[in-house]
Amino acid sequence: MQTTTCVTVQNVSFWYGSNQALFDINMTIPQHAVTAFIGPSGCGKSTFLRCLNRMNDRIDGSKMTGKIELSGQDIRDRSVSVEALRRTVGMVFQKPVPFPMSIYDNVAFGPRTHQLARGRALDELVEKCLIDAALWDEVKDKLKSSAMALSGGQQQRLCIARTLSVSPDVILMDEPCSALDPNSTHRIEELITRLKNAYTVIIVTHNLQQAKRISDMTGFFLRGELVEFGSSETVFGTPARKETDDYINGRFG
Amino acid sequence: MTSLASTPVLFQRRVLNALFQALCGICAIIAIAVLGYVLWFLFRQGITYFKPSFFTRLPDNVNPALGGIKHSILGSVNILGIALGISIPIGILSGIYQAEANGKLCQIVRFLTDVLNGIPSIVIGLFIYAIWILPYAQKHPGQGYSGIAGGAALGIMMIPLVMRTTDEMLHLVPQSLWDASLALGTPRWRTMLFVVLPSARNGIVTGIMLALARVAGETAPLLFTVLGNEFLGPITGPVDALPLRLYKYATSSDPVQNAMAWSTALTLILIILILSILARFLTRAGKRS
Repeated sequence: MQTTTCVTVQNVSFWYGSNQALFDINMTIPQHAVTAFIGPSGCGKSTFLRCLNRMNDRIDGSKMTGKIELSGQDIRDRSVSVEALRRTVGMVFQKPVPFPMSIYDNVAFGPRTHQLARGRALDELVEKCLIDAALWDEVKDKLKSSAMALSGGQQQRLCIARTLSVSPDVILMDEPCSALDPNSTHRIEELITRLKNAYTVIIVTHNLQQAKRISDMTGFFLRGELVEFGSSETVFGTPARKETDDYINGRFG
Repeated sequence: MTSLASTPVLFQRRVLNALFQALCGICAIIAIAVLGYVLWFLFRQGITYFKPSFFTRLPDNVNPALGGIKHSILGSVNILGIALGISIPIGILSGIYQAEANGKLCQIVRFLTDVLNGIPSIVIGLFIYAIWILPYAQKHPGQGYSGIAGGAALGIMMIPLVMRTTDEMLHLVPQSLWDASLALGTPRWRTMLFVVLPSARNGIVTGIMLALARVAGETAPLLFTVLGNEFLGPITGPVDALPLRLYKYATSSDPVQNAMAWSTALTLILIILILSILARFLTRAGKRS
């Protein structure tokens, strides 16, 4: 399979104060594919995900070494604006967090911030994002009502629509289904599979079956190290390392 | 098999439980009873002159029974409006600073605002008198006292209250909301203004209402600043306020005005009560959404 590289990670280590959370991570993440990170709690997979859009910048006393390149550009270069980076690398969180405003305003918030569209064009953009996030049919008649009234699954799809609204290249997802029921999870998984045609999706999940179902590439993290990284077929079928084999077969974690 | 019968230990616990439950209940009743007695007493005494003309007329020194406290109500409302105008921007902005900034300066500011909160209100009145009214009166004899100065004194008192509420309410906003906004590439200021502040809005409004209710009854800082007035005057000169009117009538030699002091107190309490209920209502509306 010949693919373009989207993100290149070189020798990335990360510390919370004196506590090292990531050890010398190296990987190349392909474009327009779903890459999943698995591993037991506290293994550093979420920390790593948050390095990719510099969400860890705000944490006091944290430190990162190494290099992360997005389409060949160092994301920590001084010329890079963190706002522009986060626009390009969107993020969906574990718990759905709608803003305390209407459904329409939730999706329109990002485009308004970055002045991407206004008036009629903004209406169309909001509609397109809600359609892409498979939420349009359920909310098209109540765009002006509060986003807080939606169900958990709908809220998470709204958050995905909100992420799509600023037209990112990469979408990071931090356990996007862990707070949802099986039905909503199924819908989000379908959505992720469709999204990879236009976006590079990187997802952290505790659900091994989910990783197996939806991902093209899988990385297995353990105690801050990337134990194994390769095509999901290989990682789940014939893992190279014993730790991976033990984890995916439920012998620990 | 474990016996299901009661044991001395269990019995002892039940007795203790009942005892403390009763104690808590009695204390709660005492607390409410004091408030209830004050309100009832005030109502009984104040209702005599609590009629429309009382709110639409000025004091009448020839026939006190025909007089009213219109100017005191208007004065209080104006002074409180000025206090709000001063304390809301300063209090909210410094509250944001407290919630967001770290470091030594932030701790110093926090400590100093606690000190400001602890300063007796009469000292704040004296402060405004010393730096504002006295110098002005020395240049322009017979002038200096003004409603604006009174509003400033009450505003200063409200600043630490508004600031503390804003700080606390902003800390209640979950980090996840911050993250969600920042992850869209939203700058920090825009996140604060359009996402974080709106979700803390109800709590902040409640805090402002309670601060307003607290300073509405302040008499001491007004004695040195607005002076009091028998007539309806512009806000730039001496004006009257409800607590001042209450003090004046209560210490008057005229029995009718003594009785009117109760009606004035009732008016003041009702205004504060309405503000408190409004504040409570706003929080509840906030919880529902």
